[in-house]
Amino acid sequence: MVFEYAPAPESRSVVDIRGSYGLFIDGEFVDGHGEPFKTINPADEAVLADVACADEADVDRAVKAARIAFERVWGPMPGAERAKYLYRIARIIQERSRELAVLESIDNGKPIRESRDVDVPLVAAWFFYYAGWADKLGHAGFGPDPKPVGVAGQVIPWNFPLLMLAWKIAPALACGNTVVLKPAETTPLTALLFADICRQADLPPGVVNIITGAGDTGRALVAHEGVDKVAFTGSTDVGRQIARTLAGTSKKLTLELGGKAANIVYADAALDQAVEGIVNGIFFNQGHVCCAGSRLLVQESVAEEVLERLKARMATLRVGDPLDKNTDIGAINSAAQLDKIRELSAAGEQEGAGRWSPPCQLPDRGFWFAPTLFTGVAQSHRIAREEIFGPVLSVLTFRTPEEAVTKANNTPYGLSAGIWTEKGSQILWTAQRLRAGVVWANTFNKFDPASPFGGYKESGFGREGGRHGLEAYLNV
Amino acid sequence: MRVFGDAWGVSTETLIGAAELRAFLHGLPGVDQVGAEERAARLATRSIKTSAKAEAIDLAISMVDLTTLEGADTAGKVAALCAKAAHPDPSDPSVPKVAAVCVYPDMVEVAVRSLEGTGIGVASVATAFPSGRAPLEAKLADTRAAVAAGAAEIDMVIDRGAFLSGDFLKVFEEITAVKQACGQAHLKVILETGELSTYDNVRRASWLAMRAGADFIKTSTGKVSPAATLPVTLVMLEAVRDYRAATGRQVGVKPAGGIRTTKDAIKYLVLVNETAGPDWLTPHWFRLGASSVLNDLLMQRRKLSTGVYSGPDYFTLD
Amino acid sequence: MSERMTKRMSDRLAVRKTYKLYIGGAFPRSESGRSYPVTDTKDRFVANASHASRKDVRDAVSAARKAFGGWSGRTAYNRAQILYRIAEMLEGRRDQFITELRHTGASKTQAANEVDAAIDRWVWYAGWADKISTVAGAANPVSGPFFNFSTPEPTGVVGIIAPDSPLLGLVSVVAPAIVTGNTTVVIASEPAPLPAITLAEVLATSDLPGGVINILTGHRTELAPWLASHMDVNAIDLTGVPDADVPSLEDAAAGNLKRVFRASEDWADDPGTARMTAFLEVKTVWHPVGV
Repeated sequence: MVFEYAPAPESRSVVDIRGSYGLFIDGEFVDGHGEPFKTINPADEAVLADVACADEADVDRAVKAARIAFERVWGPMPGAERAKYLYRIARIIQERSRELAVLESIDNGKPIRESRDVDVPLVAAWFFYYAGWADKLGHAGFGPDPKPVGVAGQVIPWNFPLLMLAWKIAPALACGNTVVLKPAETTPLTALLFADICRQADLPPGVVNIITGAGDTGRALVAHEGVDKVAFTGSTDVGRQIARTLAGTSKKLTLELGGKAANIVYADAALDQAVEGIVNGIFFNQGHVCCAGSRLLVQESVAEEVLERLKARMATLRVGDPLDKNTDIGAINSAAQLDKIRELSAAGEQEGAGRWSPPCQLPDRGFWFAPTLFTGVAQSHRIAREEIFGPVLSVLTFRTPEEAVTKANNTPYGLSAGIWTEKGSQILWTAQRLRAGVVWANTFNKFDPASPFGGYKESGFGREGGRHGLEAYLNV
Repeated sequence: MRVFGDAWGVSTETLIGAAELRAFLHGLPGVDQVGAEERAARLATRSIKTSAKAEAIDLAISMVDLTTLEGADTAGKVAALCAKAAHPDPSDPSVPKVAAVCVYPDMVEVAVRSLEGTGIGVASVATAFPSGRAPLEAKLADTRAAVAAGAAEIDMVIDRGAFLSGDFLKVFEEITAVKQACGQAHLKVILETGELSTYDNVRRASWLAMRAGADFIKTSTGKVSPAATLPVTLVMLEAVRDYRAATGRQVGVKPAGGIRTTKDAIKYLVLVNETAGPDWLTPHWFRLGASSVLNDLLMQRRKLSTGVYSGPDYFTLD
Repeated sequence: MSERMTKRMSDRLAVRKTYKLYIGGAFPRSESGRSYPVTDTKDRFVANASHASRKDVRDAVSAARKAFGGWSGRTAYNRAQILYRIAEMLEGRRDQFITELRHTGASKTQAANEVDAAIDRWVWYAGWADKISTVAGAANPVSGPFFNFSTPEPTGVVGIIAPDSPLLGLVSVVAPAIVTGNTTVVIASEPAPLPAITLAEVLATSDLPGGVINILTGHRTELAPWLASHMDVNAIDLTGVPDADVPSLEDAAAGNLKRVFRASEDWADDPGTARMTAFLEVKTVWHPVGV
């Protein structure tokens, strides 16, 4: 029989999207002075809200508010008190988890299963974890009394809007810094809801400021001379620009940038779990993941079998309404991103790689891209070198472990990698040689606040998560 | 496919060497526990609602092997269970009947008589169920007696002691012997996964049983904890999927024990749907070994049709 | 060594040393064939130093890249012994370095102190080789059935623009970079390059694989931009760069997102671990825990 799953939509009634949003500066929502922009639901292109755009003067106001809060309130506050604020925030996130998950899926296009089961629980965990550090910084290995840096300017991407906010704000606040954070222009809504959470937590005004806008706002923020520390997650190109902007200044900088991770499957791997790991590695969050396992390196002796299983598994992926609880792959975040994915996929075909997607019906409205794999990909193809940031997997083969490592490392990126083998010594041998900041062995795309995350080479520098994540926000 | 080798396209083998069998079973791809459990847990988050839920409930009812395997079983108890099997909800004739009734060998005759004309088969556990600790001759006699009494399906247990000590050939030969004793009756091979301890062992035992001629592989006797679990069933579903791909022969799967609620039952159906595939979504290839789940299925069914929550007093207890 | 000094010891005409570059374990001249005169504090000629070119930078970076796999693949214990061996070799040439330092204006006591401190610095860093991972790494208690650990690993090829402290400063920036497994291209102090090349002679006899430390002498303003912009250099230490040159070098370093480190310090101070951790990447490995 054919077991059709009836639509199982998560209710939208839990969220209340306002018609327009201001900037959150010094504890208040205020008007911006740039041209407001619209944020849309990528699943149906419906306008969700008008959002204020911060111009240079607004950025200046936000940075000044953060400075005053740093000097008068948050910097001098005992760590134990800061911790309690962060614990409060963690708790409110848990209390409002459904609302956050639904809003995230509406604004971003990601499946509710992921926003509900991955993003939001991790957001709460991140605040809970760093809350605990706030009064223990003297034991973190950065000297007996490490000091905060000051005002942090933080610019985050659209792929995990709320989770990236947590990665940035939680450690910054725990260390005694205040922040001005700019969410991505296509996904501002959960950050603005987070502003409301800060108010519910009675967080002192100015400690967290959320300014919305596009590239100009971000540039103004990172260039502002009142900013002591810049943290950016996004593309390598923008990361490079920021590094140039900061050249010669004394601002601290951490960058979490692009990737083109190799996911290495050895012949002796637990194949069913490897296939799951490949799927999770590239189709999680529509492939909008900097650490996505976008290059599958499979040992030639099992390549055919792995591909067979992978295709069968891909055929069970459910693409569609992000709010449907059974959706595995949601909407592409924006028209611009969809164009980029299409362009690179077309290049893959032109360069001679074999393109395959399972039969799947895509909605008429909104931005959609079927899960896709390319076989017969060579390292010289664009789809093996450039970050696609979409549900597109390039499949390459290798013959020996040395070849696998050489191919895996043959990229300017170095964010993450995967290894699948049942042989323990081979895991460690491979892991040692991979030039990547996160190595998942027999698993993929796992995140935890206790675990440092960040890249080698052009994937950026600095680590987020764990004890190591404190360093970016302390004067060490 | 690599794991199946080239040497055998036959579906049931009668001659195989101990070393070859061991090499084959240990050459199967491993199962990563965390990954398998993660996959099963994720499938368990599927949300089956409205029309899909109604279909799933009826399908689940039709897959139930309604079971009583107690030392205290009597003819009366078995007859009552058979009545329930034929008409799970006496007030609603649209409710499908269950797949089979599962009893001890000495109750087969009663069950066959009670089910006459219903089209419901009788399954009998055999081979010194549940421990399997008896001489082969006794196991075969047990099997023959059940078949002679009219059992259409035999649920045998494997010798877990032999399996765990690495004597795969002994397990294999016992299954082939019992298969022969079954004659026309279908053979379900119970792996007792709760005693096998690892998913690697579950996968090996699945392949061993299939190669020895099992028509079904079944998780558990229901007498050992843990009984059926989603990840164990996932691994077994992967095995029957791969076995069919390699040999062309389809083998059924039966999780048994521990399935108590409609939610549980539907999770199993989702697992079948997205692992082995829709070909297995019939009572012919998938069974739920359970008894208490039936009333919960009926209760949920009524909630869907009436729109109000029902209560246990409205369903029969036998 | 200057002729004047050797003449004091004998009337024999001294055999002077040709100061060359140190690349890939060899001592080539600059491919450009250029040199520049090095003088002492009284402006007297001491020797000609090689005046390296951008192509020498390129060759040095290739040598460093080539050496990286082997050096970072050595056991920490082995690296520790080699760094300690460098201290031993330096100790054996103590007088030679004191003499060389005196040309740079140091008094005899100052020179002796600096050489001793430089030797001791190698010993200090030698001991770190098999400890820094313990201090900078972690086992992370993630909330799930996973074993998760973080280990620091060398960043790769590190470009170093050395400070003008010709021996202690040099050792203080180079030793922490290589002890963890990085390989280096060092631009020595422009006014006082000679101790760096003499140090290379120590390195060459200390079981240090060729290419782990490559030393160039020449004009900082000419060489540093090539090093900072080189796409196969993973990190750069700008300690020896004057403030005014920092912005353009940091801008060049952004081309491939080099890790940039710059810290001025009193070389006599306890060095701490910052110079090691600046050129380490934290690698985090996850593995499920199951049967």
